[in-house]
Amino acid sequence: MFFLKRLLFLVPLLLIISFAAFALMHAAPGGPFDSERAPATPEIKRAIEEKYHLDEPLLKQYARWLGGMVRGDFGPSLKHRSHDVGDLIAQGLPVSISLGLLAFAVAIGLGVPWGIFMAVRRGQWSDYAWGFISLLMVCIPGFVIGPVLVMIFAVQLQWLPVALWDSPRHIVLPTFTLGLFFAGKVARLMRESMTTTLQSDFITAARAKGLSDSAIIFKHSLRIAILPVISYAGPMLADLLTGSFVVENIFQIPGIGVFLVNSSLNRDYTMVVGLVVLYAVLLLILNFLVDISYGLLDRRVKYE
Amino acid sequence: MSDEKVESQELSVERKGTHAPAAASQLSTLNFQPGLSPGQRAWRRFRRNVPAFASLIFLSTLLLLVLLWPWISPYAPDAIIGEQFLPPSAEHWFGTDVHGRDLLTRVVYGAQVSLLVGIVGAGVALVIGVTWGAVAGYIGGRLDGAMMRFVDVLYSLPSIIFVIVLITTLNELAKGWLARMAGPKLAAATPLLFLFVGLGAVSWLTMARIVRGQVLTLRHRAFVDASRSLGAGHVRILWQHILPNVWGIVIVYLTLTVPSIILYESFLSYLGLGIQPPMASWGSLVAEGAGQLNPIRIYWWLIAFPAGTLVVTLLAMNFLGDGLRDAWDPKGLE
Repeated sequence: MFFLKRLLFLVPLLLIISFAAFALMHAAPGGPFDSERAPATPEIKRAIEEKYHLDEPLLKQYARWLGGMVRGDFGPSLKHRSHDVGDLIAQGLPVSISLGLLAFAVAIGLGVPWGIFMAVRRGQWSDYAWGFISLLMVCIPGFVIGPVLVMIFAVQLQWLPVALWDSPRHIVLPTFTLGLFFAGKVARLMRESMTTTLQSDFITAARAKGLSDSAIIFKHSLRIAILPVISYAGPMLADLLTGSFVVENIFQIPGIGVFLVNSSLNRDYTMVVGLVVLYAVLLLILNFLVDISYGLLDRRVKYE
Repeated sequence: MSDEKVESQELSVERKGTHAPAAASQLSTLNFQPGLSPGQRAWRRFRRNVPAFASLIFLSTLLLLVLLWPWISPYAPDAIIGEQFLPPSAEHWFGTDVHGRDLLTRVVYGAQVSLLVGIVGAGVALVIGVTWGAVAGYIGGRLDGAMMRFVDVLYSLPSIIFVIVLITTLNELAKGWLARMAGPKLAAATPLLFLFVGLGAVSWLTMARIVRGQVLTLRHRAFVDASRSLGAGHVRILWQHILPNVWGIVIVYLTLTVPSIILYESFLSYLGLGIQPPMASWGSLVAEGAGQLNPIRIYWWLIAFPAGTLVVTLLAMNFLGDGLRDAWDPKGLE
């Protein structure tokens, strides 16, 4: 019931978001056909605008767009005239999503053991050293760590290609460029929550029973200590997906991030609104999944 | 933060520290000086945190340098003073850039913009976050539920996308409007204005949550009831009695908001959406340097110095923020 309510709540939310994006784009000065190579006569311009229904009132245009969306039709791109927005997104989305999910795997796969290690070694020099490195990861923006990794692994060592997205070897550098920042964040979060958990009473009881360190950490503590990481997973995925366009820009990866900046500058109305709605839907669904997994891990959580 | 909580934590810290006599005596002098406010005790704890204190000194120096730079530097920020791509030397500590400008001057000039965006943006986040959180926490009930649900929703949305769409679409509009209202000089600063408002507007969520939580626990305390029974209005109660207890933790999170906004700004400027030339920020300087990357000749200083300054500053701000948090809320200390 709780989940059903959450799902129903998404509908008005998406309506508001899409309308806001729609209205914002139309409020901006300049239209999608202003930067054509040959200056069009007013008649031609009017004809083009009529073809794409840009001469209609805003609400009517929005209703028309919404009608298309319900049928899964994003409408035609106003800049890439021969393509539908849906086609362009379908081309780029798998790339962006795989980049985001791989970086997510790096963040969790590195960050969680890293945080546990620091919590176990708390107060020792290795805790401080790795703690410093994790903080460093959080402070180096992707556009700095990307070129650095390229310099080391692609230019000097020549182990990996410099850019593009063709083979598994191409995937490594972008994934780490995007993932290391979040690995540092997860590690810091994990250290904090693991430390608190290890000080709680039920762990003392487990120790008193004579359980081994690994049993205490992996069987008893991890289940509770991972919860803050899980609840950070939603915002993290948001940042991963939206942060990916910087990495896409650095490595010339053909994802959807490239479209966002360009089409918003070009006033490609349908493209921008389509992308905004797509991002919103993706993130809302992901957050929904996070909420569900939260309840599965921690039985104390009750959904009203 | 309530006073009792600090007190009890202080005591537990002292008990744990008994095997270290020096620390224990220091702590007990803290406890038995009744004149010390929570703020003063926090300051004492903070001073013992070496990385945090060093960061504070570093950041103050940087700020001073940025403010005094016009009088120190022999070069103007836009002056072309020689050949392009000169490596670091005694005259040009950071080398020169693609137009033959002194890179050190550019970096300090960029620091001015980056810090300004970080601080003003955090200020915007502060105003929105504190107002939102305080109202939600103080009024409570259904309004509280609705307001915090709104924050939850915003948390799960791609806020930076909105900032990008906002900046790209409304930039021209605002520029024209400002040019008419305030003259062309202010119109040139439009991107800056957008960064202030846009980044501040997406960074207030954590602040609102924290303030709301604090206000929620404070609003039923005896001193609030006392002041209400004396006939104080809601605004007065919030402003004079509740919020002064919240400022400590707010300042802590403010110092952690500044670096995250600087990071956002550098991303946008790197993509060419934020600061426009001839102005500079750390992000746009790194972007300029990255534009000169080629396999034949590496002008490493073009990236290394702006990026290094950015990273060290962010690091110092995080150390400072963590140190302040530990000082105000010492539950994690052993």
